Amino acid sequence: MLITKPNDVLSSEITPESVYLNRRKFVGASGSLLLGGALAACGKTEQAEAKVSEPPSDLAALEFSAVKKDAANPFYTTEALTPYADVARYNNFYEFGTGKDDPYKYASALTTNPWQVKVDGEVAKPGTYNLEDILAKNPLEERIYRLRCVEAWSMVIPWVGFPLGAMLQQFEPTSDAKYVKFETLVRKEEMRGQRSFSSTIDWPYEEGLRMDEAMHPLSFMATGLYGREIPKQNGAPLRLVMPWKYGFKSIKSIVRISFSKRQPATSWQQIAPHEYGFYANVNPEVDHPRWSQASERRLPSSLFEPNRIETRLFNGYAEQVAGLYSGMNLVRYY
Amino acid sequence: MKSSLRRNKWALILLLALPAIGLSYAAAMNQLGPDPADVLVAETGEWTIRLLCLTLFISPLASLLRSRSSFRPLPYRRIIGVATWVYGVLHLLCYSAFLLAFQWGDIGAELIERPYITVGFAAVLLMTPLAITSTDGMVRKLKKRWKSLHKLIYIVALLAVAHIVWQIRSDAGEAIVYSLIIACLLLWRFVDSRRAKALSLRSTIN
Repeated sequence: MLITKPNDVLSSEITPESVYLNRRKFVGASGSLLLGGALAACGKTEQAEAKVSEPPSDLAALEFSAVKKDAANPFYTTEALTPYADVARYNNFYEFGTGKDDPYKYASALTTNPWQVKVDGEVAKPGTYNLEDILAKNPLEERIYRLRCVEAWSMVIPWVGFPLGAMLQQFEPTSDAKYVKFETLVRKEEMRGQRSFSSTIDWPYEEGLRMDEAMHPLSFMATGLYGREIPKQNGAPLRLVMPWKYGFKSIKSIVRISFSKRQPATSWQQIAPHEYGFYANVNPEVDHPRWSQASERRLPSSLFEPNRIETRLFNGYAEQVAGLYSGMNLVRYY
Repeated sequence: MKSSLRRNKWALILLLALPAIGLSYAAAMNQLGPDPADVLVAETGEWTIRLLCLTLFISPLASLLRSRSSFRPLPYRRIIGVATWVYGVLHLLCYSAFLLAFQWGDIGAELIERPYITVGFAAVLLMTPLAITSTDGMVRKLKKRWKSLHKLIYIVALLAVAHIVWQIRSDAGEAIVYSLIIACLLLWRFVDSRRAKALSLRSTIN
């Protein structure tokens, strides 16, 4: 019997976003006859836009094992990928400013080579590790994950990296290591957001996980996306990806990993503890005090056909991670 | 003289329409990035608060220029004020249409549950009678009451500040700047009215 599986073809392959954009732009532009002169100019920007939907070739191509394209594989999803241009140009990385395109505009100032990660706390092998040494021990693989921002927008991103748990094991955490804390680089001369006088973040940006969360197979360290090394604005050279938690947990440009007995303080928790909890698991039932978390805008979205979808508990990864929180009051521990 | 005022007013209207035209064009051309709804809501909100500050700046400017220049800004205030309301309404419409897709239940819930949205909504609502009574006929009809009615703009300004401050997340910069500007503009009025009272008191004594 011949049955074609629908998930053999990515929906992103069916509708290249440049064609999709072209169509909308064509319709919009041809409607306004008066703007005929401007049309030619728009055609040009449009082509330029289409080109940046591919990662630029100055980002090194990575060698990695591709994700198994099976709808039942939790490391994969059949949902349409968010185009590269949107992933690279629209995100939060407050070290470079609070605007959504500030990271894209200003992250080029960041030096990512050489890069070292300090490992300390409840661990048998503390020390300062060169990134190359970490990479040498951790073969790269691909993961296609949903990313749900606490601001109620979301993306689907093909990451390249390695399991967080495998890396943490190499440092040999002791039995007292119940939590792990991560820190982002502080380098005011290269990170203009850290020079802002009005920022409420006390740098460095800090995030943390419970050890069992960190060791979960879904927890991922990304060094690349779309098959190439990760752009600086997305957290080069090493960032966390926690697909069932709000995006702010997925800390970028990591320079320190500390193991501890007690739950570490995290940046957002310190800024607004009633709004951002330690767990920050995606949960449509628990609203942010200032907005609803019941739905999200899957990007790219458009004005008249807003890509508004229902948010799922644990961002759709409940089957894999719900066990980590059994018996826990998710409203209290948000 | 009169025709130049007329011409200037039309030029001002065109100028004030430019942000809306620019945004509509960018939206139609798909140039607002992957989350155009968010950009439109933020931009229309920004223009509302900017124009509100400009409206409130006209009378201090007029008193500053009184003896120094022949330019009289007061005739232009009404247009800027009405434009503030228009951008406020656009802000509310963009929010309701593009972020909440006109889901009335959701809009109602947001209005009740989110205080920063409640105060923002109240500010647009309070500006509406001011916009309606901005015609010459209404000014004549309401006489003295017109002036007291239009003092509502000070409440609107305070609500707008609350709306912005309530949204501070990781950076307070913008909120601080707008709060300071509006504080200065309101403070000037307080000082000015005290001075005017003192002056009239002196003249009655004399």
